[in-house]
Amino acid sequence: MNTADQYLKAIYLIQQEDNSPAATGRVAEMLDVSPASANEMIGKLESRGLAEHEKYKGVSLTDDGIVQARDALQTYCIIERFLINVLDVEEFRAEARELESVIDGTVAERLDTIIDRKSECPDCFDPELDACGCLDVEPLEEAAAD
Amino acid sequence: MSLKQRVESDQQLARLLQIGIVLEEVAEARANNHRESLPEPDAELESLLAEAAEQSAAHRDQLETLIAGLAADSIPFDEIDALVEASYGQTKPEDFDGVLYDQLCNEETAYKFYDDLIEAIDASEATFSVDREHLLSVLRELRETEHDAVETVTSVMEERE
Repeated sequence: MNTADQYLKAIYLIQQEDNSPAATGRVAEMLDVSPASANEMIGKLESRGLAEHEKYKGVSLTDDGIVQARDALQTYCIIERFLINVLDVEEFRAEARELESVIDGTVAERLDTIIDRKSECPDCFDPELDACGCLDVEPLEEAAAD
Repeated sequence: MSLKQRVESDQQLARLLQIGIVLEEVAEARANNHRESLPEPDAELESLLAEAAEQSAAHRDQLETLIAGLAADSIPFDEIDALVEASYGQTKPEDFDGVLYDQLCNEETAYKFYDDLIEAIDASEATFSVDREHLLSVLRELRETEHDAVETVTSVMEERE
């Protein structure tokens, strides 16, 4: 199940990469959901004032949406770092995705007191790596092949 | 923001309980550090921090018992203590208000964590290796004591205003 925060994070990362509104198809692809599911959630984000969807162009986050997306991305980074550095979890990406909607930002902030997160977070997040670019981890393809 | 996902497997539950243990360990280690580095003696605060550390250690034991039923490992306290120690210099509160505020964060975070976890377990129909009712009753008890701890710290803060 993908939550609103996971959609916001995906839209934010695609917008950053493309420097333009995020195509619904790309959002669906990143989250591994059907375009219909993506459209439905994007509609919900619009009604909450977090995103704006323009036909044939794609979806853009509002200022409030950007703030929430960056918070969600930061929480995700904290969980990934915590899983790698403290719990030594190999499948940290899959577990972080499972945990990100269960772990509240307040809880993540407390975990943040024992991990060595960089001050540039979450701008150092690398979508290709699906992890913080400062972390010494295998690229996605190699991790999947192991 | 509240929880929007269910706990669906033993593995996910074990991981969440491990996170609970770490949160309790962070709370215990920080309370001990605060108590040892108060800017000047303060019997009320020292007693509050000692009780908080003791309570966190007791909660950790309860979580460890649950984790043992899921065949997952706990996280040794000395590992977390060392991590807290390593970062304490940068995150250390500067005065009594800061110590109380940090203590409030410890208790509120633990409360929020247990509250979200209970909600996620309630929302799931998964069968776990540990008895669901026992699991929920332990977590509800932990949530209740965290709630009381939040009220205790809040009242000390209000008295000192």
